[in-house]
Amino acid sequence: MTNISLEPIEIVRGQPYPGAPDNWKRFFTFSTDHKVIGIQYIVTSFIFFLVGGLFAMIMRGELITPEADLVDRTVYNALFTMHGSVMLFFWTFPVLVGLGNYLVPLMIGARDMAFPRLNAVSFWMIPIAGILMMSSFLIPGGPSQSGWWAYPPVSLQNPTNNLINGQVLWILSVAISGVSSIMGAVNFVTTIFKMRAPGMTWFRTPAFVWSVLAAQLIQLYGLPSLTGGAIMLLLDLTAGTSFFTPERGGNPIVYQHFFWFYSHPAVYVMVLPVFGIFSEVLPVHARKPLFGYRVIAVSSVIITVISSAVWVHHMFASATPPWMRMFFMVTTMLVAVPSGIKVFGWVATIWGGKMRFTTPMLFALGGISNWVFAGITGIFLGSVPIDLHVHNTYFVVGHFHYVLYGAIVMGIYAGIYHWFPKMTGRMYYEGLGKLHFVLTYVGTALIFLPMHPLGLMGMPRRVASYDPEFAFWNVVASIGGFLLGLSTLPFILNMVSAWVRGEKVGNNPWRAYGLEWLTSSPPSVENYEELPLVVSGPYGYGRSEPLVSNVPNPDLTEFSESLTPQEAS
Amino acid sequence: MTVERAISQDTEATVRQHQEHDEAGNSKFGFIVFLLSESVIFLSFFVGYTIFKTTTADWYPEGVTGLETKEPLINTIVLISSSFVIYVAERYLHDKKLWGFRIFLLATMAMGGYFLFGQTVEWSGLPFKFQDGLFGGMFYLLTGFHGLHVLTGILLQGLMLGRSLIPNNYDNGYFGVEATSLFWHFVDVIWIVLYTLIYVWQ
Repeated sequence: MTNISLEPIEIVRGQPYPGAPDNWKRFFTFSTDHKVIGIQYIVTSFIFFLVGGLFAMIMRGELITPEADLVDRTVYNALFTMHGSVMLFFWTFPVLVGLGNYLVPLMIGARDMAFPRLNAVSFWMIPIAGILMMSSFLIPGGPSQSGWWAYPPVSLQNPTNNLINGQVLWILSVAISGVSSIMGAVNFVTTIFKMRAPGMTWFRTPAFVWSVLAAQLIQLYGLPSLTGGAIMLLLDLTAGTSFFTPERGGNPIVYQHFFWFYSHPAVYVMVLPVFGIFSEVLPVHARKPLFGYRVIAVSSVIITVISSAVWVHHMFASATPPWMRMFFMVTTMLVAVPSGIKVFGWVATIWGGKMRFTTPMLFALGGISNWVFAGITGIFLGSVPIDLHVHNTYFVVGHFHYVLYGAIVMGIYAGIYHWFPKMTGRMYYEGLGKLHFVLTYVGTALIFLPMHPLGLMGMPRRVASYDPEFAFWNVVASIGGFLLGLSTLPFILNMVSAWVRGEKVGNNPWRAYGLEWLTSSPPSVENYEELPLVVSGPYGYGRSEPLVSNVPNPDLTEFSESLTPQEAS
Repeated sequence: MTVERAISQDTEATVRQHQEHDEAGNSKFGFIVFLLSESVIFLSFFVGYTIFKTTTADWYPEGVTGLETKEPLINTIVLISSSFVIYVAERYLHDKKLWGFRIFLLATMAMGGYFLFGQTVEWSGLPFKFQDGLFGGMFYLLTGFHGLHVLTGILLQGLMLGRSLIPNNYDNGYFGVEATSLFWHFVDVIWIVLYTLIYVWQ
């Protein structure tokens, strides 16, 4: 593998690229530059986010009345299957890979990822797989209707008897995105292990990089299990084997193990980088070092380890023997310890800090508050008696949407706003950003909070019609859902207009401390003119020690002088 | 130019040299990470096999009592020995003796080819099909998936053999050969576990 981009290095080094008006075409090429690939990932996955959100709003439209009147039941099944699959495989995973792709080489002082061409191949698989999955709307029988987890024997039903059916396309599409994830994970792990700048020891590596590493390690050990299960499911579906076909001696529970062995840790693949974003955003906007940096960094790896042994908590109601329930209940509770350490560290970071309530800070704080709530309902669900009571109800749906939307999507927004000036050299519009935050936060609470009482009342998930006693909370949730749909509009407007004509703000508008802020905005193709020699750890706010020894250090002083009390409030 | 700047530029040059030099190291590290991940697919199949075997009432399809172990054992010995042969080939390449490298690599390919041939003969003589219950499914899935890896290994070896004919191709390092060799050892280790699981534990 070579480390050479398509252009001769001598010519383009030191020149900013995406801001130049004639250079937007780069984003439509097979570029090997990690920054171009990062933005390609983010924009592509955001388009899939809008598609998945559209599915969700059709579902909320259906659920606004107790009767099944807006869409057909089979269409509803297809919608929730596609909503879950698109949101996970084509929004949350790739957008975080995109942020990691953009930021990790900058944060560790490398010129690119370890394998740039592999990186580009990983990216281009995502639109291909996504379009393949969407294409299942056009074939006879429509998309898969078995939910994003594709449990057999439901997923083995093939009413059309065609070889190419929705379920087969679903498996192929997930397989392609899986190959992309594995290649990405190999790339990230190698980059983080081997390409850190001279002087950057493990405990000088930013918490975001730690969390990306922890997340990608999960991909490496977990994803092969899902691949194995998916291969067997595909063979059952097409080649006439009977691995998961109960009427022919197969055992569908084994598929559940294969599936959840990956798909529970997959939650941490998504949430760990978001923890990293929180850990980066809070110190910058509270002007204080990250509290307990080492513990926060190591707790990411601890989550990686523990999350490999919690998956059966999804299967408490799958005829799981009591000893197994007990074991996995305890391990599930254990994950709360490293997660709680992180929350404690974040609270202590902002405690007594000079807070700036910028849009990324608001999203980070909102995300953390939602994470605490989601973590508490997670403890509920991790304990066997409550889980058996609310299993397969809206309580579960409310819980994981608080994780995925409340914490993860808000964390992603925080990251995008925070590094937007780095990626474009321009500042987003603060007013639109705050409007976006308010709509998102209120919308999240309106749609996902009512799902908890609904679940406790006993409303099952994945139904197009329901008993009229559940109507009130469903109307509230639907209003929240439409509000969330609305909330993306100011975001899109903000990003597009700020990228085109936002105020140019220089290399380090936040007066932030970190290697990525040493580069120009946007960074040149080779990132650094000279590779930095790192001499101290990250988050040196309020300390006088230098970060690097061979190039100018990030400028923190100007900010504190220009900061007026009004701005600080 | 200040002294400090001169020093830092010097360091910069060292850093760049170090990074360029270490690209093969990166590739090797990445390849090992990939193999570790790949081994988990096999691990999940092995776990699946074990669960199915220990929990299924009618494990063997009707008329099947077990597997013939003699010919697969010969196959196994040939495959395991080829790991040593490819190691010798790598040593020859290390000593810049290209002909020794080519001969021993060709021998490895022949041994891998013999293994696949033996596998095909065994498959064609078996009284059960892929669709015959959990045992039939798992047997063909495991041996077939492993066979695909053997085939990939042989193709990689052919590629490396072809590249040895390009003049001076391996003068500045031979990561491709190292990776091929690592992959081959990996395929062998997987086979040992697979043989124990399917043929020994009946």
